[in-house]
Amino acid sequence: MAPARIAWRVATVVEVVEETPHARTLVLDVPGWPGHVAGQHVDVRLTAPDGYQAQRSYSIASGPEAPHVALTVARIDDGEVSPYLAGEVAVGDGLELRGPIGGHFTWTAADGGPLLLVAGGSGLVPLMAMLRHRAAAGSGAEARLLLSARTAPDVLYAAELAELAADPALTVTTTLTRSAPDGWGGRRGRVDAAMLDAAAPAPAAMPRTYVCGPTAFVERVADLLVARGHAAGTIHAERFGPTGG
Amino acid sequence: MAFISRGFHGRPRRDVDPSRVPPGQYVVEDFPVLSAGPTPRVPTEEWTFTIQGAVDEAVTWTWDELAALPAETFTVDIHCVTKWSKLGTSWTGVSVDTLLESVATEADFVTAYSDGDYTTNLALEDITDGRAWVVQAFEGEPLEAEHGGPARLLVPHLYFWKSAKWVRGLTLTPEDEPGFWEAAGYHNHGDPWHEQRYWGD
Ligand SMILES: Cc1cc2nc3c(=O)[nH]c(=O)nc-3n(C[C@H](O)[C@H](O)[C@H](O)COP(=O)(O)OP(=O)(O)OC[C@H]3O[C@@H](n4cnc5c(N)ncnc54)[C@H](O)[C@@H]3O)c2cc1C
Repeated sequence: MAPARIAWRVATVVEVVEETPHARTLVLDVPGWPGHVAGQHVDVRLTAPDGYQAQRSYSIASGPEAPHVALTVARIDDGEVSPYLAGEVAVGDGLELRGPIGGHFTWTAADGGPLLLVAGGSGLVPLMAMLRHRAAAGSGAEARLLLSARTAPDVLYAAELAELAADPALTVTTTLTRSAPDGWGGRRGRVDAAMLDAAAPAPAAMPRTYVCGPTAFVERVADLLVARGHAAGTIHAERFGPTGG
Repeated sequence: MAFISRGFHGRPRRDVDPSRVPPGQYVVEDFPVLSAGPTPRVPTEEWTFTIQGAVDEAVTWTWDELAALPAETFTVDIHCVTKWSKLGTSWTGVSVDTLLESVATEADFVTAYSDGDYTTNLALEDITDGRAWVVQAFEGEPLEAEHGGPARLLVPHLYFWKSAKWVRGLTLTPEDEPGFWEAAGYHNHGDPWHEQRYWGD
């Protein structure tokens, strides 16, 4: 039997959350949504009045337990799709999407830990779905999140991450690559070997590792992890462009 | 009738030939990278390419042996399932037809396998008759590791995940066996002109 086609659905925007100066979360009511696993993405399709269409992929930010599907889109100024999603779309608008898609870059509480999540910029989105799922499922899996952002205001979900980090089994380490505010107590500069030594589990702990962000970020971090002795087979990577084998 | 996105006008590229861009694709100038794990780096001295499985006898080439086979340089358009297409890319490599001359088989399918445990399945008819190559150079330069170097399969008429990076061989199989992405929800065949992206498309 041929597997069922992943249908296009028209979702309705029920809430828009301004996350940072450059990113918005669209909270969507998706009739018939079949459910998803943290780490999966959807394809969004936009259609202009003249019939012209553009499609892009967006990770699902919400955990499987959430009542709605949330996407967080970072605006790329000269981009075609992200300025529309992160600027134009308003509550009540419809949005065509299909999914969930992807079975590799996923984690469920049943997979267990330890977890090592490394995010560059909006690469945090699918990793946040994992942390939200981890909390909602009451998983005690040891988890470390290493987060790289340009500036403090660019950190997505900062308040929620601070709350989640009250769990002693979750450690969040943030590094700022461009500028840091006065009194910044976190790390500075790009993710490097020293940061991994300070914040990541030892390779012998065989952490399930998920690295997500722009291509150059993922390439660099995955190379550092392999050099540090992490088994390549434990490292899951998802590259967000530029534009995207 | 498709759903219209209020206030969306898009940024269609007028200067590209629509007959070369499959539906749902947009043209890029850069060369995006997409893979499921870290980039493997194998020195050419340690690299081999093997055709095995349902064959009379497995055959293995070293890097130098492969490089000694007749190479072709050709220009094709490539199409990634993540929606980008890159037009007019130039590659140099050995035709899969040339490699298959060394084996006898009754099989109709192959699994291409790579460093990093990646696999992808193809019908033999999709990689013969001048439709696929094992390439070692892109635009006249050695293929970079992040794009699959030292060698990748190139099957330009299918979505680019079928063009296995870091390829190390072909296993001939009598039955079609889904590979890495094919088992994870991606279409078994992957024809960009029919938008065969996911299961059931
Ligand atoms: C599986 C997957 C999941 C993704 N999830 C998310 C997500 O959750 N949130 C999110 O914001 N994006 C995500 N992306 C990226 C997203 O699909 C688009 O690539 C991004 O929104 C830019 O699209 P655009 O149409 O605005 O820009 P385009 O018109 O495609 O590109 C415009 C310019 O920006 C550059 N560019 C494009 N994307 C990037 C980038 N990511 N970083 C730097 N430069 C870029 C291009 O090279 C080009 O020069 C994901 C991508 C993939 C493959």
